[in-house]
Amino acid sequence: MKVSLMITCLCDSFFPEVGESFVRVLRRAGAEVSFSPDQVCCGQPAFNAGYHDEARRVARTFLKAFQEAEYVVSPSGSCAEMVRENFLRLFNRYPAELEQAKALSKKTYEFTEFLVKVAGVRSIGGRFDRKITYHPSCHMTRLMGVKDEPIQLLQSIEGLTLLELPRAYDCCGFGGTFSVKMPDISEAIVTEKAENVLQSGADMLVGADMGCLMNIKGRLEKMGHAMPVMHMAQVFDQAQGGL
Amino acid sequence: MAAGNRDLHGRIQSAFRHPFLRKAVKSATNTLRDRKNVVTHDLGHWEDWRNLGMQIRNHVIENLDTYLQQFAKNMLQQGAQVHWAVTAEEALSIFQTIIDKHSAKLVLKSKSMVSEELHVNHVLEDRGIHAVESDLGEYIIQLAGETPSHIIVPAIHKTRQEVADLFEKDSGQKQQPDTASLTRYARQKLRQMFLDAPIGVSGCNFAVADPGAVALFTNEGNGRLVTSVPPVHVVFMGLERIVPTFRELDVMAKLLPRSATGQKITSYMSVIRGPKGLGEQDGAQEMHIIIVDNGRTRILANPKYQEVLRCIRCGSCLNVCPVYRQVGGHTYGWVYSGPIGAVLTPLLQNDLKNWGETAYLTTLCGACTEACPTKIPLHEMLIQLRLERTVSGATSSLERTAFRLWSETWGNPTLYKLSMKGGYIGQKPFMKEGHLEGGPTPLSAWTNSRYFPPIAKETFRDRWRKGEI
Repeated sequence: MKVSLMITCLCDSFFPEVGESFVRVLRRAGAEVSFSPDQVCCGQPAFNAGYHDEARRVARTFLKAFQEAEYVVSPSGSCAEMVRENFLRLFNRYPAELEQAKALSKKTYEFTEFLVKVAGVRSIGGRFDRKITYHPSCHMTRLMGVKDEPIQLLQSIEGLTLLELPRAYDCCGFGGTFSVKMPDISEAIVTEKAENVLQSGADMLVGADMGCLMNIKGRLEKMGHAMPVMHMAQVFDQAQGGL
Repeated sequence: MAAGNRDLHGRIQSAFRHPFLRKAVKSATNTLRDRKNVVTHDLGHWEDWRNLGMQIRNHVIENLDTYLQQFAKNMLQQGAQVHWAVTAEEALSIFQTIIDKHSAKLVLKSKSMVSEELHVNHVLEDRGIHAVESDLGEYIIQLAGETPSHIIVPAIHKTRQEVADLFEKDSGQKQQPDTASLTRYARQKLRQMFLDAPIGVSGCNFAVADPGAVALFTNEGNGRLVTSVPPVHVVFMGLERIVPTFRELDVMAKLLPRSATGQKITSYMSVIRGPKGLGEQDGAQEMHIIIVDNGRTRILANPKYQEVLRCIRCGSCLNVCPVYRQVGGHTYGWVYSGPIGAVLTPLLQNDLKNWGETAYLTTLCGACTEACPTKIPLHEMLIQLRLERTVSGATSSLERTAFRLWSETWGNPTLYKLSMKGGYIGQKPFMKEGHLEGGPTPLSAWTNSRYFPPIAKETFRDRWRKGEI
């Protein structure tokens, strides 16, 4: 099982520690992990903002970096969905690249989806003594249909208590460029999410996408709540003994 | 007509300044979506029903010409008069002719989104004809001089106290702000009008092509009064409202009330097959159906947006939208709001530049698409609208430059890495206790309400290259 990491801009530059946990968990699941240094952003910010020529330019470089991969796995459902679905739209009228995009689409997975569906992981193993609540990210759950896998994996960890997040499936209000284009609305939405997180009674927030987590964490901190926030990969990694 | 989207940010601010709006909208939409979840779960196989709804609506849209002709022919045979209006002006002029014929000074209406789209009330008022909304929510917003802020619940943004204040102003008497008293006031005011009005106006939830019928789903009983008490009944119908037969209407009857208000069925479902016939006890003596295009065939001709004509105006996309919940319907600037409004408005107005900014009122979370009973890919259409705005030059030159520079930099692995290094150095003045604060736009738009994480000293790729991972 050869996995080429789609590290994502956020995990590459802002949260390398998430990337490291991601790698360790994949290795423990039996994957042979590689990293293509030619990878760049998948182009999602421009695609969603309606700048498709600009997105295509970046996506072309991205496509090249993963030509040889057997599996491409991402610690973000949003980025994985961009590659799996939106690349097909982006290169719809570019036959040569469309073929490459189709091939890439078939081998691209979100992290927890890959663990369950491809690596056959049923249980993370180990222990993690925390009361957590889980924010299911929109693109991963609604657009990719990865809904049960993260919960199944979290519940397989001993000592971990999964508390219900009120209105869990509501968007956190990040929305990429939306967060800076419509900052007041974005703030109002993320405030609601942060309040729901606090109401859950958990002492830690867990998610599977750093975009959403960065947004919720940033709001919680600004509101004066220093609740720890972790990516799923970090939780799995720590349960399995960390380094 | 409202002044386009030029003041979108002004409208957002006025929604935020409003003392109750956000609380009222949030509470009402939560009730509606929770009720919907319960009744769709009770029905079972909801996804199958949605698929069926989508197929029926697709079939109708693909064969619209045939079904419209069939509907019109059948309604004519059953004694109704059918009028075709390509533009809003044509629709209004047809309506005016009917009003003139009956020398009507009072027109009583039940809820109709098409008539909102045509601004019927304003136009009639200007001509000295009193048009009165009889749906309680519409009655309230008419008194307030507003447009509906929700497709199904037009006065969703109003609290009971605000309604009582409006009624006090209307009556010059003290009003109790409880639902029963307020409803009683509206009922007393409206009852005589039902008896006096020579013309009743309704919308059309669905037009059954064979046999010809107009189906209305209502909850207050006003719809039935409007269509049966006044001697003349005028139907405003969007031309895509068709279902082939009663079998398909049955599917829509499963989808619409559940999606709209979380009801298994509305309190009233009226099926009107024409004016009162010989020997029949009730019904209008004269029935007119004004079939309105007003931009719909233009949407029909555009494969990128054709699917939006599947909409059955249930409003369920509004109830799940994180943005709508925060800003309410008036922020969308016209009569349709929420995700469906953000898509429909620029298309019906045929003006992406002035009306297309609503396409940014979305986080693209996809909740709208998931909620839609006919599976309209609303979030994808919103991206398409953004794309067309970009291509047509409607976006700002600053934004265009920013994305061009971004793609030139991030399209190249070496420059991508350099930009992150640059960012690491550039962020230092704004670093404070492990996060970024302040900074220039667009960073400040984030940091005003949230901490922003700093770029790491050593990125993942640096560590990988060094063999540390």
